[in-house]
Amino acid sequence: MEKIAYRPESLTSTPFTYCPGCLHGVAHRLIAEAIDEQGLINQMTGVAPVGCSVFAYKFFNFDMAQAAHGRAPAVATGIKRARPDMHVFTYQGDGDLAAIGTAEIVHAANRGEHMSVFFVNNAIYGMTGGQMAPTTLPEMKTTTSPYGRNTDDIGFPIRVSELIATLIAPYYIERVSLLTPADIIKAKKAVSKAIQYNKEGRGFTFVEFISTCPTNWGIDPIKSRDWAKENMLPFFKLGCLRDKGEGVE
Amino acid sequence: MTTELICAGFGGQGVLTIGKFLAKAGMTEGKNVSWLPSYGPEMRGGTANVSTVISDDAIASPIVSFPNILVALNQPSIDKFAPSIRPGGILIYNTNMCPHGCKREDIVQISAPMVDIAKEIGNPMVLNMLAIGVIIGKTRIIKYETMEEDLTSFMKAKNPELLELNLKAIKRGIQIAQG
Amino acid sequence: MAKILMKGNEAVAEAAIRSGCRLYFAYPITPQSELIEYMARMMPKVNGTFLQAESEVAAINMVYGAAGCGKRVMTSSSSPGISLKMEGISYIAGAELPCVIVNVQRGGPGLGDIQPAQGDYFQATKGGGHGDYRLIVMAPGSVQEFADMASEAFELADKYRNPVMILADGMLGQMMEPVEFKPAKTDAEIEELGKQHHSWCIHPNEDGDKKHHNEINSLEIDPLVLEKHVNELYEKYAVIEQKELRYESFNVYDDNEILCVAWGTASRIVKSAINELKAAGKSVGMIRPINVWPYPYEAVAKAIGPKVKKVYVFELNTGQMLDDVKIAVSGKVPVDFWGKVGGIVFTPAEIQAKLEECF
Repeated sequence: MEKIAYRPESLTSTPFTYCPGCLHGVAHRLIAEAIDEQGLINQMTGVAPVGCSVFAYKFFNFDMAQAAHGRAPAVATGIKRARPDMHVFTYQGDGDLAAIGTAEIVHAANRGEHMSVFFVNNAIYGMTGGQMAPTTLPEMKTTTSPYGRNTDDIGFPIRVSELIATLIAPYYIERVSLLTPADIIKAKKAVSKAIQYNKEGRGFTFVEFISTCPTNWGIDPIKSRDWAKENMLPFFKLGCLRDKGEGVE
Repeated sequence: MTTELICAGFGGQGVLTIGKFLAKAGMTEGKNVSWLPSYGPEMRGGTANVSTVISDDAIASPIVSFPNILVALNQPSIDKFAPSIRPGGILIYNTNMCPHGCKREDIVQISAPMVDIAKEIGNPMVLNMLAIGVIIGKTRIIKYETMEEDLTSFMKAKNPELLELNLKAIKRGIQIAQG
Repeated sequence: MAKILMKGNEAVAEAAIRSGCRLYFAYPITPQSELIEYMARMMPKVNGTFLQAESEVAAINMVYGAAGCGKRVMTSSSSPGISLKMEGISYIAGAELPCVIVNVQRGGPGLGDIQPAQGDYFQATKGGGHGDYRLIVMAPGSVQEFADMASEAFELADKYRNPVMILADGMLGQMMEPVEFKPAKTDAEIEELGKQHHSWCIHPNEDGDKKHHNEINSLEIDPLVLEKHVNELYEKYAVIEQKELRYESFNVYDDNEILCVAWGTASRIVKSAINELKAAGKSVGMIRPINVWPYPYEAVAKAIGPKVKKVYVFELNTGQMLDDVKIAVSGKVPVDFWGKVGGIVFTPAEIQAKLEECF
């Protein structure tokens, strides 16, 4: 009998600690599968952020570092420079990467630092209890925008992939979603491409996942995906913004 | 013996270099030396000064409050530092830029139109080497031979012409001191 | 090796490279710019990494990443920049990573000025970053010592898996003195140095190497686990307090009437004043802590001779090490303090006058 469901070698046996319906587990799995497929497990290392995925260092089955809030790209830079024979990725949420860590991500991207960045955008701070993120949609209610995000007061959501795409050095930038099985298959392709380019030493690769937060949105897991499709995707358009390997500039 | 020097002037006159070459020569002769520049915005064209200490003993403070020797390439340097020269100490100054000189009588004063002499030697940049020459001519802090050796190893390959002018300026400084 | 006349900022950089430092991350700030510039020139020549980071915050986190790979790594800055690094320093201490941080202190608080000062003593020795941790803090008194401390700091950092700070100042950074360097470590020696950390650091799974999952981490969400971790840190610090005390006794004799305590640049000025007084037949001794954490409390206490009327502390701040001296003296004799701030360095004559008032 063929074994069709198995745990990727690049994941430890530690059970995920995410909320029911959370898509972090899906993103972790895609990354782990891609690392397995590229045969990189012995040369791989990753950097966990501060946020819901703070424990990512326990889940990936190779050496991992845990970084201060927003600093993962700087930590990954230090690792890559110290161990050029290894491959490094960061895994970051929207508060971590797009608020407190804006300088670090922009400059790591601008240096064309040899790393993959996996950016999970669910328009909210999860771990601290549902506060407004730089990616929170206009009028969206959170615990720190209880009357809805007022764009006159606090500005508009940041489209990070587009922002990174203004830089010359990044090699590959794509926004994908984890909202449907079909999208997950596309997301897997993007992750695989990022890891493959990483393996080949092409430079800075960036994948943004549009995701959900059923717990803090207060919407059940299935409906939260519909909500994201209706509200997030029109603002955060899916697609490849840069792929130097395929001539997409 | 401990000699404490202050060299002061406008940024760009090469005062820091005077201290540096004296310190380096002192080191070559096996003495203890320290070189402490003023730094900050004044580096960019304002007044600059450097404290240099050359001693047979370990140097405690590198900061010179009461110099044995002051090299002043402009009047503000005299005004600021000459009052603190130790009695019996030496003031070396550049008359081209020190119109009022110094009125102290308890110190040895040696002055010359250093800008004019440097031009006459062939390059205004050698002004600071004149001052080094005066120090060598007037004191026993360091030997001429050491300075020539250091300068030669530093400049011979890079700029042999300037080396010759520098050595000429130092010799002229010695003459001024002994004149 | 012949002596070289060099600025402290350059000497410490050269010594770090010779000690096997091949990774340096920093951001420009006066008065330590010669250090970052020296690294920019020299690191490429030894196939090392020089990276000018986008901020002090990024630089210290790059250090965290590189130190997490067990490699000798350094950053440097001056006071305001060190404040920015404090977050990362706390993480590095928490994750027990070896690294060297150089602080070429300047006047503060705030933007302050760019002249020499010793106002970061509290920050360096009492915390600075959040949480219960200690840095080993070395305070050089000369360019030679500044350079020597680079290799000593790396040895201590590796030995204890702890960040080490060299607490210098603008004067030591900017002044030139003759320096003699130790022989440079070879690439093979440097490679071996890194391997001593393979039990815990990030490195590839090599052939024959057992599959490992090392975590570079300062997070322990379970209070009982964190308690254990912090207690273990404190056991380590207790060993450091036993083994790594360093100080200089200068002119300490039974006939001392005053005992001075000063560190770094300030101690040099005090030495000059003591020499002048000695020539005038007045006996003043001095203890100079070389490591300011761990602090040589016992050495200060023991140096108080039978005739000492007063312990006099001189610093280029408003009295920071003073607290440690008071702990050491424990009320046995009066403790007095005089300092200069604003980036102004006191002169030997000023110290001499202060001491003469005591006779």
